Amino acid sequence: MKIHEYQAKKILKEFGVKTPKGEVAETPEQAKEIAQKIGPKVVVKAQIHAGGRGKGGGVKLAGNPDEAEKTASEIIGMNLITHQTGPEGKRVNRVLVEEALDIERELYIGIVIDRALEAPVVMASSEGGVEIEKVASETPELIFKEYINPATGFLGFQARKLAFKLGLKGDTFKQAVKFFLALYKAFSVSDASLAEINPLLITKQGDVIALDAKMNFDDNALRRHPDILDMRDLDEEEPIEVEASKYDLNYIKLDGNVGCMVNGAGLAMATMDIIMHTGGMPANFLDVGGGVSEEAVKNAFKILVSDKDVKAALVNIFGGIVRCDMVANGIVNAAKELHVKIPMVVRLEGTNVEKGKKILEESELSFKAASSMKEAAELVVPLAKQ
Amino acid sequence: MSILIDENTRVVVQGITGSEGTFHTQKMQEYKTNVVAGVTPGKGGITHLGVPVYNTVEEAVKEQGANASAIFVPPFFAADAIMESADSGINTIVCITEGIPTFDMIKVKQFLLNKSCRLIGPNTPGIISPGKCKIGIMPGHIHTQGSVGIISRSGTLTYEAVQQVSLQGFGQSTAVGIGGDPIVGQKFIDLLKLFKQDDETEAVILIGEIGGSAEEEAAEYIKKDFPKPVVSFIAGQTAPPGRRMGHAGAIIAGGKGTAEEKMKALEEAGVLVAKSPAHIGDKVKQALKK
Repeated sequence: MKIHEYQAKKILKEFGVKTPKGEVAETPEQAKEIAQKIGPKVVVKAQIHAGGRGKGGGVKLAGNPDEAEKTASEIIGMNLITHQTGPEGKRVNRVLVEEALDIERELYIGIVIDRALEAPVVMASSEGGVEIEKVASETPELIFKEYINPATGFLGFQARKLAFKLGLKGDTFKQAVKFFLALYKAFSVSDASLAEINPLLITKQGDVIALDAKMNFDDNALRRHPDILDMRDLDEEEPIEVEASKYDLNYIKLDGNVGCMVNGAGLAMATMDIIMHTGGMPANFLDVGGGVSEEAVKNAFKILVSDKDVKAALVNIFGGIVRCDMVANGIVNAAKELHVKIPMVVRLEGTNVEKGKKILEESELSFKAASSMKEAAELVVPLAKQ
Repeated sequence: MSILIDENTRVVVQGITGSEGTFHTQKMQEYKTNVVAGVTPGKGGITHLGVPVYNTVEEAVKEQGANASAIFVPPFFAADAIMESADSGINTIVCITEGIPTFDMIKVKQFLLNKSCRLIGPNTPGIISPGKCKIGIMPGHIHTQGSVGIISRSGTLTYEAVQQVSLQGFGQSTAVGIGGDPIVGQKFIDLLKLFKQDDETEAVILIGEIGGSAEEEAAEYIKKDFPKPVVSFIAGQTAPPGRRMGHAGAIIAGGKGTAEEKMKALEEAGVLVAKSPAHIGDKVKQALKK
């Protein structure tokens, strides 16, 4: 799960990570009040989940509270387009108003889980303010890494090594070490999958401050962090995906027009792939779960047909332990109840497969039964093109 | 022969009295898997499905000689269950549970260092050596005994592969689901090493998917040290970057972990890569003809 910058900064502050003075505003008037409190000079920052906000015109400096109000009125409600939002952009609902700081240096610090080494890794770089992927590919020697032993956590000497490599000295060095250790604590205690401070600011006064902050969390751990789960912003997600998540369905909207409903994530991806290999494009990823309950099938149909781009659908169920006749009945009932009009190809596999096929073919609905994934894809792709 | 489990494997089911545990223990018993004990803390002393239930895995090992475990325990308790199995001397630990937090798994992997046990999963359908033993939730009846080894990050897609192999007239020596999570016990490489030693296995199918670098590591190993033919399919060729495709581990992050990269690495290692999932069976036939 992703959260906003202002939310990440709130979490980090609780763990002792230094952040700029600032508050979030939903109206220009609120932005003015905040500027009066912490200004006069402030930065007004659009709060959306995508990066690249500055370049898209979503981050602006304001010299006084009146200017802050005006700037906020321009940013709130704007459709912000960045390289991460896609061409349709994202509507800005709130801004973070922060004190403007004097920049001496912009550094980078981030923590992720390294899958190959199965450990968290803290990465620091002297090249802040640019995308770390870019630094990694062009000047990898400017990224310093420390791997974390989960039994001991991030150790003092490791934080000191990073701070020395960044060329920090004196009080700034001490502040940086404290900052890094606090950042790791926030990362590990909250089951984060990413904590990134870019840029990490060294002010003209020598202070170490998180100018920006990004945190993502492990979805599997969210139920033990209800306070973080509360930070989920549904406005940032595809409405149809939000709807699917209510039913515990894994659904992801894609660009094509062949709807898919599959049991199991791997088979669902493979079904998308075979549609492409047959000359079509999948409209979505949709995993109804291994068990394929009638309830899940019904909900999945609701989601599937609510996408207006879907011109035909492929249902691919490898039942295994689940009986195909039961699945077929579920599909027929759900399609009838929801008045599904689009043509559908159904491939069932597992016990009682013949019975299942018969149920589909004898229903008055326009189902086509396929015996294999290949046949199913070859039937559905032309239907979507009609 | 087969790898990891056979007719002599003695299984303890952790979470045997729960609904999932009960349902799948019955299915394993129907497959003639030797389920010798169950563990549910606090329910020690009862008999469930004809099997003695203990409070701890340690007792199940001592009293019944259990040497493999199947874990059907809710996500927040599953890491503890894995470590209990490992601490009790279980050799093969199969964790079916989906949704274990990544940090819990990092700790588990640390705990397993220097231990000789093998963890399969989590988030796996399990392991089956057809006709001998099944530990997991896969449909037993689609499998046939034979010479093809299968290693997969997926569940139902593995069943698809099994069926295609069977339709071509080949059975399976052992099929192992290594799990769909970002951090799992055994990776492709670990099991390829076992299949290399197994006389019954003549070819291996490796079913990967987007995310991580386990397939690339496997390709590196196959190139150097794996003499048997390998067939592969990588799911998620049409998956968009940055999105988690159902499995916690199936995500293209920072441009890394694409199907394209994995397929390229495997092809370069001499693996027969099926571009379409419909061609897995054909590729196996092609591999075994040579």
